[in-house]
Amino acid sequence: MDLELIVFWLLSFITLGSALSVVFLTNIVHSALALIMTFLGVAGIYLTLQADFIAAVQVLVYAGAVSILIVFGIMLITRGSGNMQETNLFGKYKYTAAIVVTFLFGVIVYFLIQTPWSIATGTLPENTVSGIAHLLLSDYVIAFELAAILLTVSMIGAIVIAKEVKNFK
Amino acid sequence: MVDSFGINLIWLVPLAPLIGFVLITFVTYRSRMLSALTAILSVAISFVLSLDVLRVILTHPEITMNNPLEKAVEWLKMNGLFIEMGALIDPLTSIMLFVVTFISLLVVIYSVGYMADDSRFSRFFSFLCLFVFSMLGLVISNNYFQMFVFWELVGLCSYLLIGFYFYKESASDACKKAFITNRVADFGFMIGVIILFIYFGTFNFGELAVAISNSQDLALLTLAGILVFIGPIGKSGQFPLHVWLPDAMEGPTPVSALIHAATMVAAGVYLLARGFILFASTTTVINLVAYVGGFTAIFAATIAITQRDYKRILAYSTLSQLGYMVMAIGVGSITAGMFHLTTHAFFKALMFLCAGSVIHALHKQDIFEMGGVFKDMKITAVTMIIGGLAIAGIPPFAGFWSKDEILLVTLENGYTGLYIIASLTAFLTAFYMFRLIFLVFFGEKRSDFEGHESPLTMTVPLMILAFFSIVGGFIGAPFLEKGFSSFIYFGEPHHPEPNLMIMGMSTIIAVAGIFLAWLIYIKKAISAEKIANQFKPIYTLLYNKYYIDEAYQWFFDKIVLNLSALCNLFDRYVVDGVAHSLAWIIRTTGTKGRYIHTGSLQTYALVLFAAIVVIVIFLAGPVVGGVQ
Amino acid sequence: MITLNHYLLLSAMLFCIGLYGALAKKNAIAILISIELMLNAVNINLVAFTKYLTPGVFTGQIFAIFVIVVAACEVAIGLAIIVAIYRNRTTTIVENLDWLKW
Repeated sequence: MDLELIVFWLLSFITLGSALSVVFLTNIVHSALALIMTFLGVAGIYLTLQADFIAAVQVLVYAGAVSILIVFGIMLITRGSGNMQETNLFGKYKYTAAIVVTFLFGVIVYFLIQTPWSIATGTLPENTVSGIAHLLLSDYVIAFELAAILLTVSMIGAIVIAKEVKNFK
Repeated sequence: MVDSFGINLIWLVPLAPLIGFVLITFVTYRSRMLSALTAILSVAISFVLSLDVLRVILTHPEITMNNPLEKAVEWLKMNGLFIEMGALIDPLTSIMLFVVTFISLLVVIYSVGYMADDSRFSRFFSFLCLFVFSMLGLVISNNYFQMFVFWELVGLCSYLLIGFYFYKESASDACKKAFITNRVADFGFMIGVIILFIYFGTFNFGELAVAISNSQDLALLTLAGILVFIGPIGKSGQFPLHVWLPDAMEGPTPVSALIHAATMVAAGVYLLARGFILFASTTTVINLVAYVGGFTAIFAATIAITQRDYKRILAYSTLSQLGYMVMAIGVGSITAGMFHLTTHAFFKALMFLCAGSVIHALHKQDIFEMGGVFKDMKITAVTMIIGGLAIAGIPPFAGFWSKDEILLVTLENGYTGLYIIASLTAFLTAFYMFRLIFLVFFGEKRSDFEGHESPLTMTVPLMILAFFSIVGGFIGAPFLEKGFSSFIYFGEPHHPEPNLMIMGMSTIIAVAGIFLAWLIYIKKAISAEKIANQFKPIYTLLYNKYYIDEAYQWFFDKIVLNLSALCNLFDRYVVDGVAHSLAWIIRTTGTKGRYIHTGSLQTYALVLFAAIVVIVIFLAGPVVGGVQ
Repeated sequence: MITLNHYLLLSAMLFCIGLYGALAKKNAIAILISIELMLNAVNINLVAFTKYLTPGVFTGQIFAIFVIVVAACEVAIGLAIIVAIYRNRTTTIVENLDWLKW
């Protein structure tokens, strides 16, 4: 058992465990907190994959921004007077969905094992940031710009949608 | 190429009346005199151009029916379909152009006097212009498609003109009758033309003539020939689609002259001559043409001897004469047919215009209420008698020569039966025509009326036409070396030898008819009532026009309406039933099926993923062979 | 030794947990959170492929970045929609939000 494997197992345990907590906790605030834990776990997984830039982005965007956004959302729409323990319940498809998801998981695993992956022998360079930056500003520059536009549009859209609509007569 | 303004401006021949129509309709309709002037001017332009065309054709003997001048522009071109608009100039066209524009010009001038009191004066002239335009477009057509278009336009114009007094119920009925009857016939014509196009791939007369003469498919040619012949049956009032023509008398009298003498009814005969190669290609069709014509001739003549209405008698006489022309073409001589068409155009237009003059003065149409008009209306009476002599076939009037030629070719080509029928018809024609003349212009007044001569605009056309009715026949007199027969012919010019026996026979027959009329209606040596009473059933049959109208009425009432009711039931219960049950199925599936739509997005997502699982398992499974 | 299958298996589990949450939860925000889990699972896949299949090319990581961008947008818009719906209906229980039907 080398160290790498131990780290992987640990991170996997954290990630999956907190993901399960997200789904099965009945308090929505707890779910949100567990979600942050999941994000951090995934960031760790990225590190084991030598994707340090992605890991950083993951921490910044997901664990930072998205989580805060979601907590704000919860704050805006959850009534304080209600029972917080029942803010995140299962719906009518609790069991049906479980069956479907189990089958899906089985299918995915089946194909995982079946597929003969052609593993490359090379190793990743030490510095991934400059490589990504190079690609982003050359081959994927249009997608990059579009992503910027998309972010702007969605920001404006979010403001317009969430803002209370006044009746202009 | 021939250079002359008539040939160069051939497109203006039909276009001038159209311009007149547009001008009258949109510009001058408020001013009566300007409208009349526009109409006269536009038709006069066509007439002058036609005269020049005729001059060119006469001075250029190399232009024959087999070697015509042709001018065409492309109208519509797509894969497998080529339609052109063009002008075909040959002797046939030139003589028709001359006849049509000449009669039209006289009729338009005459109408200025006849319609003077009418409140819709301008509209009448605009319709006249449109009618002349359609007819001229038909005449100069160089292909069947264009001809069909103008053929339909002529039908439309006749509808408008016959129904000019639409506030009279009889007039509106008559125009509908004319239009529907013509539509029935046009339908046959259209199918025939389409068949020709499908098999030969062209509408052009010249190309079709070549294709037809090379074709061996007799069945096809017979079918196409009969179908195309249905067109002239309707337009030229041949039995059994003649019923509209007598009723068309409801229109103003100048219209009757125009429709019955020069234009509309002539269109059918003209088509027979133009497409003669098609009809002549099989003996079945050509015999059908001959016998339909012959039958119509005697059929209409027998009806005419019992009628009382001035214009109706003339209408039946027209039918009878058209029968002559069709018969002439049927026995193989378009020379004789076109010759008779030309002379008939003169004297029949003359007689109709005389009728208009008399009716205009007397405001009566029943010949038994007239009598002794001669002393009041000398010009009208004299010209009418000239017309009568011409149609009866008294030499040297125009009708004699053309009728004689028809009789001659009928006998020459071995149709003895038709010759006897034609001679009998000639006798009847002379009889009923002079019965009319004697009753109207001679004897004593039989009712109360004030006769007076018509204005100059009406009498001048009468005199011009009378002149042509006298001398018009000489263009085709058999004594001429280069007469009508070397002008219009099919194949080789056929110059019939003057046959004195036939001439003598027909003259005797005509004189006998007139003499009989004189005996009965002037001398009163024989009582008409007595004969009528003696042959009561026959008289009633004839007076009721063989009950053809009633037969049609019965047919439509009993058969067509019941069939329609049956179709209605079928439509209501079977067709609608199918449609309704289809709608019911869809509606029911909708009502029941809409409950699947829960509106819950989670349900949709669940079904989606379940479906993905099922599909993947199915594809990966042994049924389809699996994913490697 | 960690192989590609380790990561893929982890990603599959995370994806399925996320899917289950998205299908079975009532609260709209919980569904949004679950979708984030699914997107993260996809990202793990992409990054793992970069390392094991195409070490010299960063295409997978680039895709992961774009997925993160789109996910951020999606959360922003999704929350805005949920807030708007809540303002109108005072509920975020998706079972009550079934106007998408006849």
